[in-house]
Amino acid sequence: MMNKRFTRILATSVAAAALVGTLGACGKGSASATSEGSNEITMWTHNAGNPDELKAVQSIVDSYNKSPDAKAQIKVQAFPQDSYNDSVVSAAASGKLPCLVDIDGPNVPNWAWAKYLAPLKLDVDLSKNLPSTVAKWDGETYAVGTYDVSLAMLSRKSDLAAAGVRIATVEKPWTKDEFQEALTKLKALGKWEHPLDMGTGGTGEWLPYAYSPFLQSFGGDLINRDGFQTADGSLNGEEAVQWAQWFRGLADEGFMATKSGKDPVQDFVNNKSAIVYTGSWAADTAMTAVKDDLAIMPTVDLGNGPKVGGGSWQWGVTSGCANSEAAMDYLSYSLKPENIAAMAKATATIPATDEAAAMLPEFAEGGASRIFMDFSRGYAVMRPETPAYPFIATEYGKAVQDILAGADAKTVLDKTVKAIDANIKSNGGYKD
Amino acid sequence: MKNALNSRAVGSAGTMAVRILFAAAAAFPIVFMLVSSLKTDQQIFGDMSSIAAFLPIGNISFDNYGAVFDRVPAARFLMNSIGISAITVVLGIFVNSLCAFALSRMEVRGKRIVFTAILATLIVPFQTLALPLVWWVNQLPYFELNGFSLEFSKGWLDTYQVQIIPFIANAFSIYLYHQYFESIPKELDEAARIDGAGWFKIYRQVVMPLAGPATATVAILTFLPAWNSYLWPLMVVQSEELRPVMIGIQYFFQLNVSWGEVMAYASLITVPVVILFIAFQRSFINSIASSGVKG
Repeated sequence: MMNKRFTRILATSVAAAALVGTLGACGKGSASATSEGSNEITMWTHNAGNPDELKAVQSIVDSYNKSPDAKAQIKVQAFPQDSYNDSVVSAAASGKLPCLVDIDGPNVPNWAWAKYLAPLKLDVDLSKNLPSTVAKWDGETYAVGTYDVSLAMLSRKSDLAAAGVRIATVEKPWTKDEFQEALTKLKALGKWEHPLDMGTGGTGEWLPYAYSPFLQSFGGDLINRDGFQTADGSLNGEEAVQWAQWFRGLADEGFMATKSGKDPVQDFVNNKSAIVYTGSWAADTAMTAVKDDLAIMPTVDLGNGPKVGGGSWQWGVTSGCANSEAAMDYLSYSLKPENIAAMAKATATIPATDEAAAMLPEFAEGGASRIFMDFSRGYAVMRPETPAYPFIATEYGKAVQDILAGADAKTVLDKTVKAIDANIKSNGGYKD
Repeated sequence: MKNALNSRAVGSAGTMAVRILFAAAAAFPIVFMLVSSLKTDQQIFGDMSSIAAFLPIGNISFDNYGAVFDRVPAARFLMNSIGISAITVVLGIFVNSLCAFALSRMEVRGKRIVFTAILATLIVPFQTLALPLVWWVNQLPYFELNGFSLEFSKGWLDTYQVQIIPFIANAFSIYLYHQYFESIPKELDEAARIDGAGWFKIYRQVVMPLAGPATATVAILTFLPAWNSYLWPLMVVQSEELRPVMIGIQYFFQLNVSWGEVMAYASLITVPVVILFIAFQRSFINSIASSGVKG
């Protein structure tokens, strides 16, 4: 009885071993289909699971592939956004990067420094693009995007009116004192435990993207941009400490939670907060739910004008691409105004050029989303264009969480500066 | 007498209440997942601060399940994971038991050193090995049948075998089998040998049939990490058609997360594990108890 059973297990094992071979053959078939043949180049994109954006990308690729002038056939491979960078880094380690990749803007200098990317040589004039959609490092352009995103504060006009608070505008954003007063009045209405939701439960790139603009509005910065060799004085100077104390103060005064919910926009829609600080990508959800009562406002002027982070997903050509001429040709094609407009429409993002914006009613003058374009044009500050950025972002994110947890601002920022400076030094200043 | 009965009844009711409390605490996340998979995002967050979060009330539908299949090739991912996990388990049982058998039963010089070296690998976390392993698997040769001819190729990236073969040999499985084999009297081997059995026959007909509990433990402890595998496929698989289920969960974390769909997908990929658990409940509990480990 036992023998029979064991023989079955053994037979299954042998069959399984054979199946590994068969599956391997299937797998190999797939792999070879994506190899960089002479007339096919592969393009990796971060938008698996985002059918609208992926469809827009695929549509541009399809039209290029059908074009009689196409220098190669482009094949799209999509990866989930949260794990995209890990996939690229491991592919780079094994020499398996495709010809075309998309890249989150602030990571471009790091990837260029690591020699993943080649400088772009395109047949298009990029001077009219939103500056935040063109990624440069060391005097060369390494990536270009078709869209950008922005940050804003969303509220209900009716709530602001009930509290006697004016609606902030691009021309006249809230000052620090006005913001304080607005929060005090909104809290006094007694409708919300915390009237402000700053997305403090966010993680990863959200932390530097969302909160470094406040630091910059105070007059501090993530790094001294003169040479990008030290954060000393920028991230632990008087202005930076003021920013940290102000930020922590919002929680101490009961205006915001030190850890907000998983989805601040849904919480806002469900009336669990009066003001939510979020990205332009959330505007559609809020508009659908709140309709005409929605107020889209610029972020606060904390002394040096309102600031928002610049740079979203962009496209680049890898340095090992065997057919870089075709890859550059495709990129030039993808930057036609109608393609830029299609991408912005599919992703509800800010189109990279005015020409493309004119094709989209919501971004044309007076359109519902035009305000985000104004924020981007008026307030965007690029995240530091240095290969050290991914490290800076991680350290700054930790500092934000420590500050929210109640740690001493100066001590935390000094520690962060020390770590950043040590990293830059250990990488030889991130010079070639 | 009546008082004693009453206090016993109160005691047993109290015990039952504590048990129900623990069971509810364990069940709540699963109930929340299943119930939320039927709600809209707005309702999920609206219900969050009340017991309604655990009740299928309000605007209930299966829309999230339909949307899951629009966003992710869920059926393909499920099939991939079932195949990868099943093959890893079957081959893992075979290879690791053979290794443990050799180390337990055969008189080979240096086998203690080999066994210690195998155990020492347990100290190294997989995350440390992952990147060098990517490089290695990209250098490895492979052969495949193409019609009647064998074709050799280099590099295993973006294949099924790269998700299976590196995880067949497992130090902990070898250890479990080894310890179990040690408890099986060696006299049984000697009796079989007198009857003319060779090493493989002893392994196949004497030792393995007695090692059912160890096999169940190894099967479960191999299946769970194979099913939950995330980092490795992320690094070595580029083609969508080869991806396992855990990569699929990342498809939902866009700038605007659709939480109802996340819950629907999580429910879908939990079902096979729950079925497996129900089918092998007794073995699972025994294996945890006997090995002294959590999965």
